[in-house]
Amino acid sequence: MKKFENKLWLGLFIMALLSPLGIILPEKFGAEDAWGEWGLDALEKLLGYVPEGLKKTADIWTAPIPDYNFGGDGALLPAKILSYIVSGIIGFILASVVMIIISKYLFKNEK
Amino acid sequence: MHIPDGYLSPQTYIPLYGVSMAFWGIALKKIKKEVSAKQIPYLAMAAAFSFLIQMFNIPIPGGTMGHAVGAGIIALLLGPWTAVIAVSVVLIIQAFVFGDGGITAIGANCINMAIIMPFVAFWTFNVIKGPSQSGPRFIAAAFLSGYIGLTAAALSAAFMFGIQPVIASGPDGRPLYAPYPLSIAIPAMAIEHLLLFSIVEGVVTVMLIRYFLKHESTIMYGMREVSCEKV
Repeated sequence: MKKFENKLWLGLFIMALLSPLGIILPEKFGAEDAWGEWGLDALEKLLGYVPEGLKKTADIWTAPIPDYNFGGDGALLPAKILSYIVSGIIGFILASVVMIIISKYLFKNEK
Repeated sequence: MHIPDGYLSPQTYIPLYGVSMAFWGIALKKIKKEVSAKQIPYLAMAAAFSFLIQMFNIPIPGGTMGHAVGAGIIALLLGPWTAVIAVSVVLIIQAFVFGDGGITAIGANCINMAIIMPFVAFWTFNVIKGPSQSGPRFIAAAFLSGYIGLTAAALSAAFMFGIQPVIASGPDGRPLYAPYPLSIAIPAMAIEHLLLFSIVEGVVTVMLIRYFLKHESTIMYGMREVSCEKV
């Protein structure tokens, strides 16, 4: 059981290392934003204007690592790839730790 | 399909927060009942997996991109209520840390990917699988659970986008939030998912369910489900 679990953790780590495929392939194939996830500039281009209410709330939150990228929009691809891997590992650890905290709380009376 | 900040009107995102919170409350109680402390590592892995699989953006050449979510396979392996919490945790981390999906839209995004998707996937799997435990029917059930689950989530997101122009427009008649009506949002989201992203979700679901059946079938919620009560 333990051995099987370790294998799965390793698999997840490998996924994090491979994750940059998720930015390299879209760049190769010229795919832009996901549908409905356009930034303000892209909307301006699509519509010729930016909806008023949207403009007001769009930047309500400043994420510490926007778009899984430490280097900002101008970063070169290798920097973006590195950022993406690090983001993947951060997300991997955060998601696991939060789930462990929640379940420790739920099962505090067990075992 | 992570709805960003600004795309939904407060009339939409506030009630959707309420619905998500109600589901979180029920889900935590259900997990306490259905899951055991031994499975804690799997709960952690489920959330980590969903986070990572979502990083693999799949391009439509010259067009948009999308990704699998993993909520379906989590529902099949650990139960839909576990998927609700695992995927919600991921969506909240994505919004706060990575700006992927809006803070105001967390309720909405959780309904689509962390509630609708795992339940639709779970029901689809059980209905199509019937009594089969392996073979083509079982595999088809696994594929369709991912395929239909992700498509349902996408349609729900498209619906949320599409009703915005009706809900709120400015004095000049222009929409205040997401600008495209249902007649554009639904086909756009439906087609890209039906033709590409949901297929990937289905394939991922099949690959993982086969892997777990072969190596560690005892953890599978769906397999225990056959003999006992419904959700």
